[in-house]
Amino acid sequence: MDIFGIPHQALLGQVMLGLVNGAFYAVLSLGLAIIFGLLRIVNFAHGAFFMLGAFVAFLIGRYFGIGYWPAMIMGPLVVGLLGILFERFALRRLYKLDPLYGLFLTFGLVLVLEGGFRVAMGSSGHPFATPDSLRGVVNLGFMVLPVYRAFVILVAVVVCAGTWIIIEKTRMGAYLRAATERPDLTQAFGINVPILLTLTYGAGVALAGFAGVLAAPIQHVNPSMGSDLVIIVFAIVVIGGLGSVLGSALTGLGLGVIEGLAKVYYSEASSTVVFLVMALVLLLRPSGLFGREEN
Amino acid sequence: MFSPALKRGLLVVLLAALLIAPLMPHLIYPIFLMKMMCFALFACAFNLLLGHAGIVSFGHAAFFGGSAYITGYALRDMGWSTELAILAGALFAAILGIVIGALAIRRQGIYLAMITLALAQMVYFTFLQAPFTGAEDGMQPIPRGSLLGFIDLSSDTRLYYLVLACVAGGLWLVNRIVNSPFGEVLRAIREHEPRARSMGYAVDRYKIVAFALSAGLSGLAGSLKCVVFRLASLTDVHWHMSGDVILMTLLGGMNSVFGPAIGAVLISLLRHYFDALGAWVTVVVGLIFMLCVLVFRRGILGEINHLLSRRPAAPHPLKEEQNAQI
Repeated sequence: MDIFGIPHQALLGQVMLGLVNGAFYAVLSLGLAIIFGLLRIVNFAHGAFFMLGAFVAFLIGRYFGIGYWPAMIMGPLVVGLLGILFERFALRRLYKLDPLYGLFLTFGLVLVLEGGFRVAMGSSGHPFATPDSLRGVVNLGFMVLPVYRAFVILVAVVVCAGTWIIIEKTRMGAYLRAATERPDLTQAFGINVPILLTLTYGAGVALAGFAGVLAAPIQHVNPSMGSDLVIIVFAIVVIGGLGSVLGSALTGLGLGVIEGLAKVYYSEASSTVVFLVMALVLLLRPSGLFGREEN
Repeated sequence: MFSPALKRGLLVVLLAALLIAPLMPHLIYPIFLMKMMCFALFACAFNLLLGHAGIVSFGHAAFFGGSAYITGYALRDMGWSTELAILAGALFAAILGIVIGALAIRRQGIYLAMITLALAQMVYFTFLQAPFTGAEDGMQPIPRGSLLGFIDLSSDTRLYYLVLACVAGGLWLVNRIVNSPFGEVLRAIREHEPRARSMGYAVDRYKIVAFALSAGLSGLAGSLKCVVFRLASLTDVHWHMSGDVILMTLLGGMNSVFGPAIGAVLISLLRHYFDALGAWVTVVVGLIFMLCVLVFRRGILGEINHLLSRRPAAPHPLKEEQNAQI
């Protein structure tokens, strides 16, 4: 069966691969949305923290022989702690200023982290072995999918759902939502908003670090693996709107699929299709698909 | 604040120094001087948006690097004379500025910055894939061509004076725009957009025109750089370049007209003299960036102005109700 002249096996195959990319977009834009919601800061360093997570997994494997599964805990942990330090000693000074300064500061951090890793590790990629238990392939009938990629999609969905549950259904999430709406009132009710901000930033970048560990076996671990990704994620965030956590995750997955489809039908456009969709959304629905009008 | 006489004096001295500089090539390398002038124009043009309209574009590399490709194409593949090729580059950038600006101003502030970044990335990929750009190798060598069809520009000295004239003209124009009624309206929009709108100003149109002017002048700088180096490359359309010009502007001081030029000179010097250190330069640039944002938001010229003025300035440059100085 052909769909617009493309065999449906090839089509479904690209859609599956698009879903894998979309899984990363989803986890990353989720973290961006959480951070933006509470801190009003667009975290340019999100991609750098993603790269950092991948490098933590790679380095602890190389020097301490620690495997993939512990790295899934340690990567986000290290990245989250660094994020907390960064928030505590730098970002915090900017909350009263125009949010653009936050963008600039995190951009500076990107340069420092990327440059630093380039000095220490070189520019070329380091291969990272897929864990034994996730090797091999599954035959889906229309395509042969490596187990690891299926695992990535699954984990991303679980992480997004888990984050949504934490934000919407727990007490901690209620504090978070309250502080997002009215930080001053929340503070007046005796909730320590500054610590909440610090922890939120830490958790947001830990998500990016987690995505980095997840990406390590697929991409070669290298210093610039995060920065090109983060620009795509920015476009996705503009498309989805930063207002909704679930919305940004769905947009991420969706755009991954669209990118996969573009690879089949017009491969030259596959690197630009996300930006084209963004331009289209801006023309038709400027506040984003799930967005609220911002001021 | 500098007195007008002092300002004029400084400008005359600077211009005189730049006029005689190519007579002493052993003192300072003319090509490097031309590069610094291009970046000075680029940064001041960028600041039309950031400092005076309060619009943060994170995609100015698209204009700077894109115009270089167009100029290169006109010179190498079409055989146009140099001034036409440079004009074509600047015009292309201005039109691109209208398109990107019209899309980007549909959102504000932080979103606008992300949109310009994304659209500029799209321009980057377009040039990466276009058949005439030579992809990763860049476009080279591009002939410098001749001015008006008969003044050969292969001599660095002749080219130097052309670049100096263009940059001086461009900077004069930036100054004119900032201190014109149009510039006043831009500042009014920056300070309080709804009020400017309620006074009957077509806010969106003003923003798009500001985008076009800033992009066109950035394009002029990019075209000149392309002629100087005979090269149009991906480096100049990459988002790192967009970040660089923001840093130059912050460092020099965005509440002034010519402050960004100081930042441009300093960053060019840093990149030039510490080039051998490789990736360390990126680290240092990043640290300067963070330092500027955290403790040095007025920038160099802003600090000087602050020290010279008795009136205490508000601590927040973007919101400062302060007219452009110098």
